[in-house]
Amino acid sequence: MNCKKEAVELMHKYLDGELQKEEERRLRDHLQACPSCQNHFHELKRSIVLIKDTGAISAPSNFTANVMANLPKEKKRRNFIRKLQRHPILTAAAIFFVLMFSSIFSAWNQDQQVTVSKQENLIIQDNTVIVPEDVTVDGDLVVRNGDLKVEGKIDGDITLINGNFVTDDPQNELNGENYRAYASGEVNEVNQVFEWMWYHTKNFVSDIFSFDSE
Amino acid sequence: METMIKKKIKEVKKGDQSAFEDIVSFYQNKVFHICYRMVGNAYEAEDIAQEAFIRAYTNISSFDERRKFSTWLYRIATNLTIDRIRKKKPDYYLDAEVKGTDGLDMYSQLAVDQALPEEEVESLELQSFIHREILALPPKYRSVIVLRYLDELALQEIAEVLDIPIGTVKTRIHRGREALRKRLRHV
Repeated sequence: MNCKKEAVELMHKYLDGELQKEEERRLRDHLQACPSCQNHFHELKRSIVLIKDTGAISAPSNFTANVMANLPKEKKRRNFIRKLQRHPILTAAAIFFVLMFSSIFSAWNQDQQVTVSKQENLIIQDNTVIVPEDVTVDGDLVVRNGDLKVEGKIDGDITLINGNFVTDDPQNELNGENYRAYASGEVNEVNQVFEWMWYHTKNFVSDIFSFDSE
Repeated sequence: METMIKKKIKEVKKGDQSAFEDIVSFYQNKVFHICYRMVGNAYEAEDIAQEAFIRAYTNISSFDERRKFSTWLYRIATNLTIDRIRKKKPDYYLDAEVKGTDGLDMYSQLAVDQALPEEEVESLELQSFIHREILALPPKYRSVIVLRYLDELALQEIAEVLDIPIGTVKTRIHRGREALRKRLRHV
């Protein structure tokens, strides 16, 4: 047997645990006859024992804690999605509110034109709706995105959305309360988005009731 | 144990970060050990091992649950250590034997094996000598030797961890063993 090649090859095969019965017998026979190979084999086995003997090393005591502290934060978005999956009713409610608020906000922001409820004899001038002195408005008056100047009379409610009451006489500045003198019904002034929402809700509710009564 | 780990992995995949803690504490010693034997000092080993776990966590979705988790984890760790060794100056591990760096070596050893009984100091010296001999091996032999004899992985598993054919694993182990035999014959 060739020591350098074949025998050493068989030794490694043995160490890998892949030696066939027949090869094992040949290696054993050779080792008994060849002291240099015996020595080689012994050195190989011994170096393996030495390596294995370096002992197991354990990680530093705070290793796990350090790893956990350095993990990326659980993705907020994923967290959020998981919560959504867990509470479908809440999700539906949330979506409903988002849609509702966004439509109200956009309606508030987009509607910039002066609109006034259908009534005759009103004058619209530079974003100001004027009720002339000799006119009596029959029914409720709604002014949107414009000021209102009342000189005549209104037989109903006044609703003023995103606008002010104006008067020619700065000394006698009028507010909603004073307008009661002119109007026979309620006076509503809506200048804020939340008021606008409240106004909508109120209208919505009263619509339902009027439907019922009809 | 395997089923426990599998369960934990499922939980981590679902987004439960705390389930990962058990995985870390179960594998920390093995991973740290591989890194330590590969790079040679405890600080770097800790750094790399930590990085390996963090990568395992961030890439957990790409782990195929039909396969062995340890193989996958060791693969991340060995890739990281091999990267680290490559980035270093090529003479680094030879430097490790120079007197100037000797102190650091011993110190890092002590920091790892805490509170060693004094009678074991002698064997510690032998161990640190062998440790340096392992480190003196070229990285490609070092990795197979470490996985084979320190982590006692099967040849097939080593092939999977290192992503090389099993024939290459055998050749490298043979050469690594021969190299160590020459270095350790006079011990």
